[in-house]
Amino acid sequence: MLAFLGRRCLIAIPTIILISIFVFGLQKLLPGDPVLVMAGEERDPELIALLREKYRLNDPIPVQYAAWVGNIVQGDLGISLRTQQPVTALIAEKLPVTVQLAVMALIIALVIGIPAGVLSAYKKGTWIDWVANVVALSGLSVPNFWLGIMMILLVSVQLGWLPASGYVPLSEDPGQSIRTMLMPAFVLGTALAATLMRHTRSAMLGVLQSDYVRTARAKGMGEGTVLVKHALRNALVPIVTVTTLLFGELLAGAVLTEQIFTIPGFGKLVVDAVFNRDYAVVQGVVLCTGVAFIFLNILADATQRVLNPRMRQE
Amino acid sequence: MTTKRTFALALAMGLGASWAQAADLRIGLQDDPDVLDPDQSRTFVGRIVYASLCDKLVDITPDLEIIPQLATGWEWSDDGLELTMTLREGASFHDGEPFNAAAVVANIDRSQNLEESRRKSEVKSIASVEAVDDYTVKFTLASPDATLIAQFADRSGMMLSPKATAEAGVEFGLNPVCSGPFEFVERVQQDRIVLEKFADYWNADAINFDKVIFLPIPDTTVRLANLRSGDLDMLERLAATDVASASADDGLIVEQAVSLGYQGITVNVANGAGADSPIGQSELVRKALSLAIDRDVINQVVFEGAFAPGNQSFPPTSPWYNADFPVEGRDVDAAKALLAEAGFPDGIEIDIQVANNPVQTQLMQVVQAMAGEAAIKINIVAKEFATLLSDQSAGDYTASQIGWSGRVDPDGNIHQFMTTGGGINDSKYSNPEVDALLDKARTSTDLAVRKESYDAARAILADELPIIYLYHVTWIWALDDKMQGFVPYPDGMIRLEGVSFNE
Repeated sequence: MLAFLGRRCLIAIPTIILISIFVFGLQKLLPGDPVLVMAGEERDPELIALLREKYRLNDPIPVQYAAWVGNIVQGDLGISLRTQQPVTALIAEKLPVTVQLAVMALIIALVIGIPAGVLSAYKKGTWIDWVANVVALSGLSVPNFWLGIMMILLVSVQLGWLPASGYVPLSEDPGQSIRTMLMPAFVLGTALAATLMRHTRSAMLGVLQSDYVRTARAKGMGEGTVLVKHALRNALVPIVTVTTLLFGELLAGAVLTEQIFTIPGFGKLVVDAVFNRDYAVVQGVVLCTGVAFIFLNILADATQRVLNPRMRQE
Repeated sequence: MTTKRTFALALAMGLGASWAQAADLRIGLQDDPDVLDPDQSRTFVGRIVYASLCDKLVDITPDLEIIPQLATGWEWSDDGLELTMTLREGASFHDGEPFNAAAVVANIDRSQNLEESRRKSEVKSIASVEAVDDYTVKFTLASPDATLIAQFADRSGMMLSPKATAEAGVEFGLNPVCSGPFEFVERVQQDRIVLEKFADYWNADAINFDKVIFLPIPDTTVRLANLRSGDLDMLERLAATDVASASADDGLIVEQAVSLGYQGITVNVANGAGADSPIGQSELVRKALSLAIDRDVINQVVFEGAFAPGNQSFPPTSPWYNADFPVEGRDVDAAKALLAEAGFPDGIEIDIQVANNPVQTQLMQVVQAMAGEAAIKINIVAKEFATLLSDQSAGDYTASQIGWSGRVDPDGNIHQFMTTGGGINDSKYSNPEVDALLDKARTSTDLAVRKESYDAARAILADELPIIYLYHVTWIWALDDKMQGFVPYPDGMIRLEGVSFNE
């Protein structure tokens, strides 16, 4: 296992280098002069020249890239052009927020998605299957921003049950923190639940038709045991992979959901940074989530090997 | 019965809870401010936070008169080259440092000489500044500059603790120390900025809140929902389309003030090859376009009547507006006649660039439809804002839909756009007569002389139209009806002196 992990990590290095080149290059391809926006309405030529100099925008792009990578290697992702805060500090500030939202959304998705998938596979072709499918399809089709605003109007404005938006750190007031995150996590979670439900259903359908399930039933084993111990366990491999990748996506920031519910996570950070041409922040955050995604992939592969002994003998 | 009792109990508890936090004011902002250093920042929304955090040398009234704040009085020398200010005694910074003439000298020095300062152009007329005594400061100018006082009513006049700026340098914005009614507690980017009452504030009696919490909520619908659910006490920049519904809500108060800025169409008249177009070369064509547009219709269709139609660099509500040139109605026949006179009887076709956001695009679609009826075919070229700006300053455009956020002093709305070589004169419009008038208005400290000069310049500009003005944004605030004492200002700021929750 260690050798496997080591190998995968080594292979990840070129991927990370490629990501860094893309992140850096794409930014430079953006039209418009970032300094014109940064200099403010008056566009003082002296200030523009100074900013160009300060952020090395006069250097050739490969030189800029090399300087950026040189700093990253020393743990310095640069400074936000907009607020003067170090990008590493910004990421450290936003990461817990995004992780909390991702974990809560994932829990909601798992709690809804997997039982629904198992049930609809088990009751394939019945009205339960149909209802589950229609609900899942709706979950996938309804846009996050619409569902978010509708929930705010209903739950916060009409019923007054939950805060409309905002964020309270878990360390400050755990109860309030979970209450403010509940709606956004639900909005995100239901969409993911739909994906998970579809994957669980198809994996379960395959497994339920296999010989060993028939054998288990023929042995006179209870249906619950057959479903959970024999069928679901074997169907888990694709589900684990999908879940891990979904988690990676969540970490990259739920841009729309965070915008609607004003959650200060990665998504909002990136959107604001892109609009303000805050290069250092965009580069830092995208690089960070890119790396997180790679490691989640490795984690997914490793989990598969744990779950499925056959994969250990290649 | 039980349900009723529970409900009553919950209500009572809810009320109790709101009493307990009664002195915490929660304000919803449209954007997250940039760096909280008045010498470095550039956003409008940042200034809203400064209104509670940082006192200025002078302030304005809703009618744009300059009134004392940290300076209690001022006097110009006859030649307009010396400005002497007397300062408030007993004011201090949030770190306990005293406010005095030495602090003013240090602040002007920082605005002029901090490498990253975005205030340099605002205070460049100051040749030297000296502390005459502890509470008198004398500014010596290189050339007369009547606009300086108004600059002191904004970021250039904000006084920062010299001790804090010396220690923090360029990182001052991470922990700003000023002398306003509230002091900085914490900031979580994109989430909140928390200020608490400064006990030693010179005007502390007028301040009725223990804490102010600014919450950036960019989505207008969500911002309003937060106000309705009680999570906010007030918000700024309510969407024009929400004014009707918010006004109809008994629990809300809507307040408005026409802003100092403008929106219009800047025409490239001499900025490189882009100026080579019928509209760039002929003032008759520009006049035709202006006549083809019904500014009231724009206001009704795009902004539900909430904004102010306009045709000058100052809004009709401004004391600087030239009443001899009122907003004219639409006249398609006259527009066509002007086109024919200019040599284009069959009409013309022009490209107008616009920032690719829904509101400005909608605006241009309305303009496009109206101009079309006067045989002016407009092609809307939507661009991302940074690109639009680059192309505009490079002269790579025919006409551009763009605006200006506005300045307290009239000079800021017109001089740099209309004078030869003006810093943001992207039309490259040049007329020596206009230059002379606007320079005169800038250097005279006599309000009557200034007004005369602006009026005379308007008479020329109304014919030549390098910028076709369309409308002025109205600042719209929505407040919970438990708020009282809020006064709308044309600069869009939220001043909390005298504002309170009613009992």
